[in-house]
Parts: sequence; structure tokens; C-alpha cells
Amino acid sequence: MNDQLPALIIVLPLVSALLVNIAGRVGRSYCWLFTVLVMTAVTGCALGLVSRVMTQGIIHYRLGGWPAPVGIEYVVDHLNVLMLVLISAVSLVAAIYSGPAVQREIPEQTTSFYTLFILLVAGLLGMTITGDAFNLYVLVEISALTGYGLIALGQGRAFLASFNYIIMGTVGACFYLLGVGHLYIKTGSLNMKDLYQLLPSLYSSETIAVAFILILAGVWAKMAFFPLHTWLPNAYTYAPTATSALVAPLMTKVSVYVMIRIIFSVFSPEFAFHISAVRHLVVWMAVVGIVTGSVMALLQTDFKKMLTYLIIAEVGYMVGGVWLANRAGITGAVLHVINDALMTLSLFLVAGVVTYRTGGHQVRNLQGFYRIMPWTMAAFTLAALSMIGVPPTVGFFSKWYLMLGAIHGAQWHFVAALVFSSLMNALLFFRIMEMAFFDAPDPAQAWVGPEAPVSMMAPVLGTAVGLLAVGLNSRVIVDRFIQFVIPAGL
Amino acid sequence: MEPLVSIKPFLAVMVSLLAVVPILLLRSWPNLREAVTFLAGFVKWGLVLSMLGPVLDGMQIEYTAAEVLPGLPIRLRVDALGMLFALVASTLWIVTSAYSVGYMRSLKEHSQTRYFVFFSVALSATIGVAFAANLFTLYLFYELLSLATYPLVTHHQNQEAKRSGRKYLTYILGTSIGLVLPGMLMVFSLSGTLDFQPGGILNEQFSKGLIGLLLFMFVFGFAKAGLMPFHAWLPAAMVAPTPVSALLHAVAVVKVGVFSILRIVTGVFGMDLLGTFNLGQGLAYIAAVTIVVASLVALTQDGLKRRLAFSTIGQLAYIILGAAMLSPKALTGGMVHIAMHAFGKITLFFCAGAIFVATGKKNVSEMVGIGRRMPITMGAFLVGALAVIGLPPTGGFISKWYLVLGSMEAGQSLMLGVLLFSSLLNAGYFLPVFYRAFFCTPEEALFENQVKEAPAWCLVPLVGTAGVSILLFFYPQPFFGLAQLAVP
Amino acid sequence: METLIAKYNYWIYTLLMMVGLYAMLAKNNLVKKVIGMSIFQTAIIIFYVSIGAKEGATIPILMHSHEETVRTVEYVNPLPHVLMLTAIVVSVATLGVALSIALRIHQEYGTLEEEEILDQIQGL
Repeated sequence: MNDQLPALIIVLPLVSALLVNIAGRVGRSYCWLFTVLVMTAVTGCALGLVSRVMTQGIIHYRLGGWPAPVGIEYVVDHLNVLMLVLISAVSLVAAIYSGPAVQREIPEQTTSFYTLFILLVAGLLGMTITGDAFNLYVLVEISALTGYGLIALGQGRAFLASFNYIIMGTVGACFYLLGVGHLYIKTGSLNMKDLYQLLPSLYSSETIAVAFILILAGVWAKMAFFPLHTWLPNAYTYAPTATSALVAPLMTKVSVYVMIRIIFSVFSPEFAFHISAVRHLVVWMAVVGIVTGSVMALLQTDFKKMLTYLIIAEVGYMVGGVWLANRAGITGAVLHVINDALMTLSLFLVAGVVTYRTGGHQVRNLQGFYRIMPWTMAAFTLAALSMIGVPPTVGFFSKWYLMLGAIHGAQWHFVAALVFSSLMNALLFFRIMEMAFFDAPDPAQAWVGPEAPVSMMAPVLGTAVGLLAVGLNSRVIVDRFIQFVIPAGL
Repeated sequence: MEPLVSIKPFLAVMVSLLAVVPILLLRSWPNLREAVTFLAGFVKWGLVLSMLGPVLDGMQIEYTAAEVLPGLPIRLRVDALGMLFALVASTLWIVTSAYSVGYMRSLKEHSQTRYFVFFSVALSATIGVAFAANLFTLYLFYELLSLATYPLVTHHQNQEAKRSGRKYLTYILGTSIGLVLPGMLMVFSLSGTLDFQPGGILNEQFSKGLIGLLLFMFVFGFAKAGLMPFHAWLPAAMVAPTPVSALLHAVAVVKVGVFSILRIVTGVFGMDLLGTFNLGQGLAYIAAVTIVVASLVALTQDGLKRRLAFSTIGQLAYIILGAAMLSPKALTGGMVHIAMHAFGKITLFFCAGAIFVATGKKNVSEMVGIGRRMPITMGAFLVGALAVIGLPPTGGFISKWYLVLGSMEAGQSLMLGVLLFSSLLNAGYFLPVFYRAFFCTPEEALFENQVKEAPAWCLVPLVGTAGVSILLFFYPQPFFGLAQLAVP
Repeated sequence: METLIAKYNYWIYTLLMMVGLYAMLAKNNLVKKVIGMSIFQTAIIIFYVSIGAKEGATIPILMHSHEETVRTVEYVNPLPHVLMLTAIVVSVATLGVALSIALRIHQEYGTLEEEEILDQIQGL
């Protein structure tokens, strides 16, 4: 049983995605319970994998027993075991939270929502665990297709937003596939470990360089790295509450993981980072992305849209951190993948509660909220402080490594961008807090909902506490996991 | 010497943070709620006092709360300088709590639970800064203090409070994120540690330009110290209820700023390094300009609290000047001034609040003849004013005396002139208030016979702090001893 | 010129890809965008299929199953073809999702022209 965990963690949600339909036939309300149970089980699997990786080291799992270059291999190492825990935990929280939100917004589509929800999680977990470059493509598409569907469950502008996302997402995935094809031409292999061993002798080949650029471009489109970010804000803003709680924290972060995996486990840092001009160019792109994201966020009057632009800025943090190409920078990037997922989750959960209570997600909906929903606002305040980077919340610690990496690499523009973004976040969030603290609630406000139910508030508060708890335990993550991730020589 | 390991410093920090829970739970029973505040205050004070003996014997007490990142622990270490500051803050917290009860209840202020909650948090942060063993811990509590004081500053929740709160955060948070954070990272990347060391952790192998840049990033980054041009938040913060202005904006918050600068100068750069690169002089000039300009501006202020605020800006710069002159005597004077100014200035704020409670008056021009109605308050006002000016028989004389001695020791005749000139200005903006309160013709007096002293909850604390100010002249221990221990 | 002819499969797929990309980015009609997307995906499928081909080789079904050794030069590489079966499934699925969403857009706005839709959104 224990040996089958790497397969189980994927198979379980895949099968459950079908079974949830049966639950839906019996009664709509069972879907939620079923999904929560499945996500709990998946989280259990992920934790089981953590203990195995910590005691036995890297796990190689052959699907169907076929040996590596021929069959598909699942690999669990210190990097993706972290991601597996992150994905399953965030999905569990989002699943618990989704109940009332789905009931309010999309009661008719309950069954389809949960089917897609579970499939999406399966796709994300698969993207993380797989050790095969083509299998990765398939799983990317599984998570993308379900993501399009989940977003299109929203109303009005959601359809067009989802459509644009499809176009961009497909372009990204196709570029990735094309890149993998080029690798295959040269090496005849699709297994990541195999590729890693075969490629060094071919590094001078132009085909390999083209493959690398294509893959990178594809992944960047998927993660909404500037300037390929235009699809993201509308897609995440107009998605149903329950969708954005799952999609916003995870999708971009898993794509960042894929980028890191490609650079470290398919290619090597020596290859990826050997041209300093390219390295600097990417860091500059990250800088522009951070600044643009922050400024655009400041200009928004829609609360959720503001958060989506912050995601774009944060993607700049992570990509820039990786391309600083030094130990501290990469540590910061990996840590930020986890931390940003938690912060984004926390903020989108709050946005969902606001929507649930007021029927809208404009910034002005938050007027007087410190009085009306003090607990929600406490969570919001913590998340905001984390985004600003106030210790001891998670946001500080990844920013710490990122800035340290930038200083080590003498990339002062990246330091400046991080400081600028922190200040912008401070401005942005304190403007909202000010409104929530000083202004009286709008009397014209249509209160569509009662106080948010426990199944929404528990995730909101739990995540907010998590921001502190994980922050104070950053050393565990760095010492026990991330330090094994960084290739020797950096 | 190996530091003593004990959990006491951590408890001293945490006690007021933990008090938040009972304060919140007891929000419907104001008396019990305030009892919790007092209990926490006395426990904290007791914990600090219990560490005083060992510290005076030259010991250090250390406690590592958590190692959050490799090489980045949350660690507390009680040394002489930290003890000095913690002693001042924890003593005055108890006094201010009593005063708060009188002030808030007399004026029937709203949201009193919130007020006491954030007051407690602010005190935790203050003690945390005092005991911080490294720059990271200091930064952590420094930010906590900024955030905890925001709801206190904006307590009235009106437009003016909103404007001031915005200014407050812009200055305080903007500088700490924009300057201190990158500065801290640069220090970490240069030296590999953030631990405060007696001789500093940076050395001569770095260029003068770099060290100078870092110094000014920190000096201006800790904007709570109110060095010009980053001082404007302090007068703005005066919209807060008076006990907040008294404890936080005369003692805790602003002293955290100067304390942080003292820590940086002694523990990160080291006096020798600044001396080698001759960087003290630049800092001294900034401090001197701040002293003179702030004192001149104070002369023109009619709002009593604003006048006090500008006076505070000037007095804080004294402390920084003490460090900047790089002479042991001046540094001693600067450190002692943390305590002396605290007791003097808090008395003055208490008086301003008492006058407001009793009469509703905020401006100096409206206080003609008030001394006859409120003689105790105005008597205490005189004592506080003398302490700030630096005249005997108050403790302020001792710190100023050492600053003057230090400036002579360092051969800084210009700074000596600044000190003396500024004392004159101090007298110029305080004594007229006192004079017109007592000496006026009956026709000029603006107050009727019904006006009485403020309630005892307000009166007792201000008499107490005035008394301590006088007491410190005759018996400047333990502050003086601690300062002498702290000077390298 | 020779490389141009020798590697004509690459030129064809590149050309097709560009056609698809152009349609996706420049066309105003949503269905035309979907068609562009389909062309784009098909281009990549052609690319994969063509890299499996070898001169003079035949389909990868063993002719003499009891032969001791399989001579790989005689057969085209089957792996890219198999991969493309999956890719085709994916592209069909994407096409389906895209068209159904286009349908919902048409229900919502009564048009499939992106500019008109955006005008309606602005007007709201």
C-alpha cells in the first residue's frame, strides 16, 4: 500500500472524479462531502510521501512496472513532495470552503463543478509528480481543460475570459509540446532523468537551445509571466468564488514548479544560466512584470482583479528569483511558491467571503468591514501584512531570500523592484484597510447574505493562522527540503 | 562572559501580548478588563526588575525563541542598554495605564477595549525591541510596533485621524520597508550575521561609501526617531488620545527609533569604525539641524500637544547627537537622556491631557490663568519642563550635563553651542506656558471658579512622574549605572 | 536550397503554425480563432508524425514475428505516432471546450465578434 502511494495520489482523484457523479445523482449535497473526503485522503497520501522521502530519499515509481526510459516514471523528491503537500492541502481547504459558495452561486452545476474540481487537482498533482516530459504535457492539458471549464461556470464576462484563457493556454501547451519534440529528435527519449543524462553532450546543438526556449515560452504563458499575462486577470476575476479559491493559488505556482523542474532536472543550471545576457534579460523581464503588476493592481477598483494583478507581480518574484541563478535566489523562489500560494489562497478566500456577504467583489464592498466582519478582516490583515512582507508572516521570509539572492548577484534593479512592490502592496492594502476601518458601511449596500457559515470561516481563519505558523517554521522547509533541491555548484 | 540563559526576557515580552486574550474576553466588564492590564503591567515590570540585578553585575541574559531561518533566529538578549530602555518603558506603562483609565473614562471614549488591546501589543513590541539580540528580531518588533500603534493613533476614526494615520504609516512603514529592510539584507550579505556585537559586525574592509550609505539608510530608515526630514509623522500623530501621545509618542515609539539607531551605531557599525571613516560628523550635523529647527518650530506652535511633539523631535536628536559625537561621555549622556526625557516629557503630556479632561482646552493661548484652578497640574508641568530643558533639580540636568561634557571631550565646540542654544529655546517655549498660567490679572484669566483639577486617576500619575523626575536628579541610579555599563 | 527541400516537413509545420497563430491573435471572430487554434495544434501533430518517418521504412508492424532481431531501420518510429494519439485526443477536447464556450458567449451577447462583445461589456 505504502509503496503504491505515488500512483495512488493520482489514481484516487482520477477515479473519484467519476464517482462524484454518482454522489451527485444521489443528492447534490453529497458532492461536497465526497470531495472533502477525497481531498483529505489525497492530503494523507501526500503526507505519507513526505515521511517516505524524508526517511528513504528520492522515490522512483514505475507505472505498470515498465522500466524507466520506456515506461512512464513518477519521481518524488524533496522539491515535489513539498508541492504535493501544498497542492493537496490547498485543495482540501478550497474544497471545504467551496460548499456554501457553490450552493449560492452555481447550484445547478454542483456535480459538474466537483467533477472538474477533482480532475483539476489530479492534473496538478500529476504535473508535479511525473518524471516524464510528455506525460507532463498531458497532465498540463488535463488541469488546463478542467480549469477552463471551472472558470466558465461563472456568469457574464467569465465566458469570454475563459475563452481567451483557452487560446493562450493552448498556445503555451503547444509550445511546450513542440519543445519536447525537439528534445526527442535529438535524444530519442522523453524520460526526464534520461534526458538529463543524454543532453549534456548535445548542449552545443542549436536544436536543444530552440527546445529550451520553446519549453520556457510555453511554461511562461501558462504561469502568466509578463508579458504573457494578459489572459489571467479576467479569467480569475470573473470565475465563481469556489473556482478562484482553487485556481488562483495553485495554477501559476505549479507552472513555476514545472519551470524549475525543467531547468534543474531536464536541462541543468549550467546550461540554462550559462549566457549571462539571457539571465539578465529574464531578471529584467521579471522586474518589469513586478512593477507592472503592482501598478496595475493599484489602479483596480475591483478587489478580486486587484488580487489577480498581484499574482502577476508575484510570478515575477519567482521567475526572477530562479534566474538570479544563485543559492539564495532559488531558495527564495521555491519558498515563495509555497508562501505565495498560501497568501493568494488567504486573500481569495477573504474575497469570497466578501462576495458571499455583499454579492460583489468591488473594493468599496469592504466599507466598514472591520465592524461587520472582524474575523474576516483579521484574516485579511494578516494576509495583507504577509503580502507586504512583515515578519513573522510567510511573505517576509521568501522575500528575504529573494532580496539576498539579488544582492549576492548584484542585481540591484531586482532589489529595487522587490522594495517597490512591497511599498505598493503596503499602499494598496492600507488603502483598503483604511476604508474598512473608517468608512461606515454603505447604507445602499444590498446585503445578500448572512454571516458566512462556519465551513467558509474555518478555512479563512485557518489559512490566516497558517501564514504565521508556516512563516515561523520556514527553517524546517529550507533545511529539510529546499536545500536538497538546489543543484551543487550554485 | 557567557550569557545567562533564561526565559525571563521572553516572558517579559510575551506577557502583554498574552494579556490581549483576557482583555478581549472581559470586554463587557471594564473594571476587570483594566485589572488585567494592570496585572500584566506589574508582571512585566517585575520580570524586568528581576533581571536588573544581574545586568548591573555585568551579566547578559539570553533567550532564543526560535530559529526562523538558518542564521536568523528570534533571539532576545538583555544587556545594559536594553535594560535601561525596558525599565523606562515598563515602569511608565503602569503609570500610563492608570492615567488611561482616568482619561478614557472621563471623556467616555468609544472602543476602549480595542484601545487597551493595542496598547498591550505596543508594549510587547517595545520590550521586544529593547531586548532584541539581533537586527532581525529588532526589525520584527519594530514593525509590530508600527502596526499596533496605528489603531491607537487613529482612535477617533474621523477624517483628521484618517489623514494623520495615513501620514504616520507612510513615514514609518515606508522608511522601514524602503530603507531598513534592504539595509539589513546588505549587512547580512556583507557580514553573514545580524547579531549585535559590542564592537560592531562590520569592519574596515568595506569602503567608506558603502558604510556611509548603510549608516544613513538605517538612520533615516528608523523614522520613529524623528530625524529631519522624516519627522512630520510625529506632530500628525498627536490626534491620538493623550495617553497614547504620552507613552507612545514621547516614550515607547520614538525611543524605539533612537534606541534602534543607538543599537545600530554601537552594535552593527561600532564606534571605532565610524570614527575611522569619520562618519559620526555627518550624523552629528543632521542631529544638530534637527535640534535647532525643531526647537524653533516648537516656539511657534499654539497647540500644546503639537508644541510638545516638536520638542520631542528636538530632544530625540539630542540622544542621536550623543551617539554621533563618538565620545563615551556624550554617549552616556545620550543614553541617560532616554530615561530622563521620558519621565519629563510624559509628565508634560499627562498635564496636557489633564487640562483637556478638566477644561477641554488644547491651545496654549487658551490657558491663561489656568494655574490658579489647576495648581497641582501646572506645578508638575513646571517640573516636566525643567527636566526637558535640563535644569536642576531634575534628572534632565544630568543627561544634558554629560552631553555637554561629551561635546567638550570630543572637541565639538559647534555642537556645544547647539546644545546650549537649544536649551535656551526649550526654556523659551515652555516657561511662557507656565508663566501665563499663574501670572495674570484676574481680568485676563480665562477660567471660572468651577474648573477643578482632573480626576485622581489622571492627577496621581502625573504627580508621580514629576516626582520621579526630581528624584532622578538626586539619585540617577540605576539608569546612570546602566548607561555607563552600556558604553563600550 | 537543399536544406529547404531536405527539411520540407519543418517548413510545412512552421508555416501551418504561423497560420494558426495569426488566426488566433489577429482574427476578430471567435470561431475563426478556434479554427486557428486547431490548425496550430495540427501543425504540431504533423511535426511529430514526420519526425518518426524514415526513408524506405514501413509501418511498425513486425513482419516476421519470430525473427531473432528486429531491424529498426525497416520500420518508422512508432513512438511519436502513439504520442500523437494522445495529443489528438487533447486537441479534440480543447476544441470541444472552446466551441462550447463560444456557444455560451453567443447566447450571452448574441454575437461572436470580439469587438462587438467588448463594446457590449464597456456599455454595461
